[in-house]
Amino acid sequence: MDILDLTAVELGRKIREHEIRVVEATEASLAQIEKLEPQLNCYVTVAKEQALKQAKEVQKRIDDKTLTGPLAGVPMAMKDNMCLEGLPTTCSSKILENFVPTYTAEAVKRLIGAGAVILGKTNMDEFAMGSTTETSAFGETKNPWNPAHVPGGSSGGSCAAVAANECFYALGSDTGGSIRQPSSFCGVTGIKPTYGTVSRYGLIAYGSSLDQIGPVARNVEDCAAVLETIASYDKKDSTSIRREDCDFTAALVDDVRGMRIGIVRDYLGEGLDDEVRDAVLAAARVLEEKGAVTEEFDLSLVEYAIPAYYVIASAEASSNLSRFDGIKYGYRTKEYEGLHHLYKKSRSEGFGKEVKRRIMLGSFVLSSGYYDAYYLKALRTKALIKQAFDKAFSRYDLILGPAAPSTAPRLGESLQDPLKMYLGDIYTIAVNLAGLPGMTVPCGRDSQGLPIGLQLIGDCFREKNLIRAAYAYECTRSYEMPDLAKQAREQEVR
Amino acid sequence: MANIISDETMEYVGILAKLELSLEEKEAARHDMERMLDYIDKLNELDTSGVEPMSHIFPVDNVFREDVVTNGDDRENILKNAPEQKDGAFKVPKTVE
Repeated sequence: MDILDLTAVELGRKIREHEIRVVEATEASLAQIEKLEPQLNCYVTVAKEQALKQAKEVQKRIDDKTLTGPLAGVPMAMKDNMCLEGLPTTCSSKILENFVPTYTAEAVKRLIGAGAVILGKTNMDEFAMGSTTETSAFGETKNPWNPAHVPGGSSGGSCAAVAANECFYALGSDTGGSIRQPSSFCGVTGIKPTYGTVSRYGLIAYGSSLDQIGPVARNVEDCAAVLETIASYDKKDSTSIRREDCDFTAALVDDVRGMRIGIVRDYLGEGLDDEVRDAVLAAARVLEEKGAVTEEFDLSLVEYAIPAYYVIASAEASSNLSRFDGIKYGYRTKEYEGLHHLYKKSRSEGFGKEVKRRIMLGSFVLSSGYYDAYYLKALRTKALIKQAFDKAFSRYDLILGPAAPSTAPRLGESLQDPLKMYLGDIYTIAVNLAGLPGMTVPCGRDSQGLPIGLQLIGDCFREKNLIRAAYAYECTRSYEMPDLAKQAREQEVR
Repeated sequence: MANIISDETMEYVGILAKLELSLEEKEAARHDMERMLDYIDKLNELDTSGVEPMSHIFPVDNVFREDVVTNGDDRENILKNAPEQKDGAFKVPKTVE
């Protein structure tokens, strides 16, 4: 048996039963990273020494029974926009190249408390702005299913690392689809929880009213176990919500009888790949055969979600990213005349193109004279979108549709036309605007062999509906993973 | 309706954004913004009269606590991240003549 083939929860069990040592599992992950990183580039930072040290400490606490949870000793990775004390946190940006946080993100702290071994920080689109992980200042991540394709984004490094067995699970963040879309492209499972479920403390902000941290893993059970661990009320995040129903693993039940599932008709029309549509509808039929009641319906307002999102997210980004000024941390330009020139030049040299594009747009829509016409208009649209979902959830327990209009595009194809790239987020973005939980589970592959993802969307606080349906669906399939051995061979040939 | 952003507006947005763009970058940014705004104008198709702007999905209150220091003095580590420091403070160019 190969350690790397185990799921996070299976590995956790074998560690508790002393069949596998934490150091063994960590070494296996690190060896896999060493083998595949030259080709895939999932990580910005690999914390080898630290991980091995942590593995020994965690083993001790498992042996003396102070650590008994399902994830104790399981090696994982975190997206590089979450702070970890003492390890660089770059947001895949030159402006934070040398930033070493003095504190740890709350979600990560909770995992450490549960015995996680942190292998490193994963690559992402710069400041999570992008859908391909190609805007990273540290090189693009490649899709483990076919390295000529992107892994999606912005949590592309996390999703690719899980797909490539370079970790047992990972944390990502989702502002407009950044967990669900790359999960779809990489054939893994990811959850974006209800806004406020996971503390944003220590997550470097992009669009604060939209950002949520969530799990990426090989299956639904792993995702549920991780979400259960990271969900918490946190005073340090003023939008954190006190929830009493975070026992997400209790929803791992293979039973969807009577569950009412709405299939979004407006997600199945023009712009959607035929192969993706077929796979998603086939998944809906599977759930129906298991006893769910499915029905197509019109959600409405779908085409307004992206313009509203880009106004709101850019506005928040322009404000959030004003803290990067070359004074307290991060990149500082070499030559300047006076303080304001120092700010401007450091920012202009430190930020990449896409980040600057969004800061400019955000500053514009917030400027006097345009604030009402753009920013307030977008917030009013958001209210209407929320109402449309409320109406849908008065009839359905969950909503089903694709996670993305296509499978993973080839490297270099998306950045030519930003507007076209933004349109790729059409099925995921409304979920963030409405604060809802959403989830991606693999549901097949296209004729090129690339994974297709099914998206499930729930009403606020109804993650359990998603987990139950996803688990029931997953019980009908076996986990598919890329032929990594073949890719390692190809790498050697090159 | 195609949006056209004037030189003055670009200049002003550059000041707000604290970005110094090269001529070439400025033209590219202008083009991108005009295109995005044309697209965003789609929102005008929606009648939103009488709809309150929604900032938060859930009702949120500010979180208050007693004004007591709970985190320790971490000055040395925090200053380690500064591009330049002097005498336990962040160093900046002279701002007052």
